[in-house]
Amino acid sequence: MEKGVAITGMGIISAIGNNVEENYNSLISCNKGISRISKIDTIHKDAIMVGEINFTNQELEEQLGLSPDNNYSRTALLGVVAAKQAIEDAGIIDISEHKTGLISATSVGGMDMTEKFYYDYLETSEHRKYIKGHHAGDSTQKIAEELGIQESLVTTISTACSSAANAIMYGARLIKSGKLDRVVVGGMDCLSKFTINGFKTLMILSDTHNTPFDENRKGLNLGEAAAFLVLESDVLVAKENKKVLAYVKGYGNANDAFHQTASSENGDGATLAMEKALKVANLQAKDIDYINAHGTATGNNDLSEGRAIIRVFKDNIPNFSSTKPYTGHTLAAAGGVEAVYSVLALQNNVIFPNLNFKTPMKEFSITPQTELKQTELNTVLSNSLGFGGNCSTLIFSK
Amino acid sequence: MNSKTFIKSYCHIKNNAVSLNGTLLYHGEKEEFFSDFIKSAYKNLDTNYAKFFKMDNLSKLAFLGADVLLKHENVQPEKQENIALVFSNNASSLDTDRKYQESIEDKESFYPSPAVFVYTLPNICMGEISIKHKLYSENSFFIFEDFNPEYLHAYSSGLMEENKAEKVLCGWVNIDKEDYTAFLYLVTKEEGSISHTIKEINSRF
Amino acid sequence: MVALKDELKNKIIEQLNLEDVSVDEIADNDPLFGEGLGLDSIDALELIVMLDKDYGIKLSDPKEGKKIFESIETMATYITENSPK
Repeated sequence: MEKGVAITGMGIISAIGNNVEENYNSLISCNKGISRISKIDTIHKDAIMVGEINFTNQELEEQLGLSPDNNYSRTALLGVVAAKQAIEDAGIIDISEHKTGLISATSVGGMDMTEKFYYDYLETSEHRKYIKGHHAGDSTQKIAEELGIQESLVTTISTACSSAANAIMYGARLIKSGKLDRVVVGGMDCLSKFTINGFKTLMILSDTHNTPFDENRKGLNLGEAAAFLVLESDVLVAKENKKVLAYVKGYGNANDAFHQTASSENGDGATLAMEKALKVANLQAKDIDYINAHGTATGNNDLSEGRAIIRVFKDNIPNFSSTKPYTGHTLAAAGGVEAVYSVLALQNNVIFPNLNFKTPMKEFSITPQTELKQTELNTVLSNSLGFGGNCSTLIFSK
Repeated sequence: MNSKTFIKSYCHIKNNAVSLNGTLLYHGEKEEFFSDFIKSAYKNLDTNYAKFFKMDNLSKLAFLGADVLLKHENVQPEKQENIALVFSNNASSLDTDRKYQESIEDKESFYPSPAVFVYTLPNICMGEISIKHKLYSENSFFIFEDFNPEYLHAYSSGLMEENKAEKVLCGWVNIDKEDYTAFLYLVTKEEGSISHTIKEINSRF
Repeated sequence: MVALKDELKNKIIEQLNLEDVSVDEIADNDPLFGEGLGLDSIDALELIVMLDKDYGIKLSDPKEGKKIFESIETMATYITENSPK
């Protein structure tokens, strides 16, 4: 049976750690990264909690050795940090030795700088350098430059909260079809007033820790993160005798065709995405050992996704949990963050707990895994469900 | 692989005109603003979908182009055809982002609008098309500097070769203030007069 | 109260972009959501913003909106009883 597309490197920076190891340690010690916001001056600061990364922009710039006149948005800074880790983890020294692509996802782009300097731009020229960094594609370009990837093999995907999952899916297809030997895939988004206020007007932000799949859930916590994977062809893996962390075994994307932002009552899109991914992976529902759910803790998502899980898995629901209580919802990066967590789950045979859960939902009887659980895992399914009805599922295997 | 594909139909909305397969369907006033043009185009083309007026400009543009084309192709919601959507542009959702940004910059009257915020993502326009035509199929939205026929060709060919989609509605929908273009085309396996090649796509853009 | 109701009808048409609907077509007791004017959940959120902006009434839970926004009648009553302005 076909193994899937090999993952040979991972990199991540999130509210629970600045690299893969720190993230893993936080996951198994149930350390949440959710706090009051400190780096953005918003009128909602007492009404929300977020998953913020500790480093300031200046600290990140120093780590990356950028000159003071750089025009990096926080999104780009985080993206470069995570992508570089992934390349290092994959043991790549000369990236141009093989045809390497980059598919990177963001929804916020350089909005953090734009909102900071919006009116300054008219008054003084000091911050105008950031205008060029507003574009969603700019952070991708910067990663490509930093990694030394040819521009012709670089693209940006923007499909809301499923963006990074779609980047991984697309990268896996490019490898499978032989179009590329190697591809760096993932996503990044920083916190911004733009998203805080937007989610606030949709009234889906919780004023306390988010509680996925709980009857009394109050909404989501926004988070910031970047996470990237390196995918490589079988030929390359064999030739260089590469260590394979796990495989991208299946993937599927479907539209919910229901509403601009809300999910359909019975999770039509999520159901289709999971079914498509199982088909591509050539697996049955019963073969899945753990689901890393999208589980944002909004009233709407968890009900819709829960129903979709029941539709696909029927009486045989695998252990499932959402890791959003650790990181918050990291938007375009979420699919990448949770891909890293899925691989960590496989590598360590461990299911990460769905923290903050107390009361089962009244609409159905399924409940998430709430304790850290050691168990043999062979396949993990990860959902990323986005605004615009864009639903994606990835399946990872050993 | 030699699975041949064809461009079945294509649609343009630019310079205040809507055309289908190169034939003019509707022409607005020369100096008309986009918002007035798209509204009168909607009315003239018998679109009949009240939610249209709630959409942002990018969605209106993409929706109307897709609607004209899919209706011409007799795509019926009941059939739930497997038509993937692969769109691209260079301004992302900038037009609406700007509008929304202004609403959160004003400290005196701070009332961000949820109805504007939901459109601050480029892929929402694909959601609107999916809702109207009941397309539960794959969507991707790519951001490029310029129209990129090579990329769209490779991506949609791949989807069809792998049988991920029966047909692909593909193209470029871009708007930034009064500067806009929509070019959508439907790729099918049904034998037709226009081959699905980069050259043919480019010559029609 | 009559003036308020007319004001609300005009605002709803204007702010929720209800093309082809006129004030006379909205009866005071017509349902605003579902069957009636066909408003959706985003419209409900817009109405919550409108209550805050124009009438100084803040709702913290979107579920409260359900009863208030049943019809023009219920909206007008609620505003009259709760507006500090």
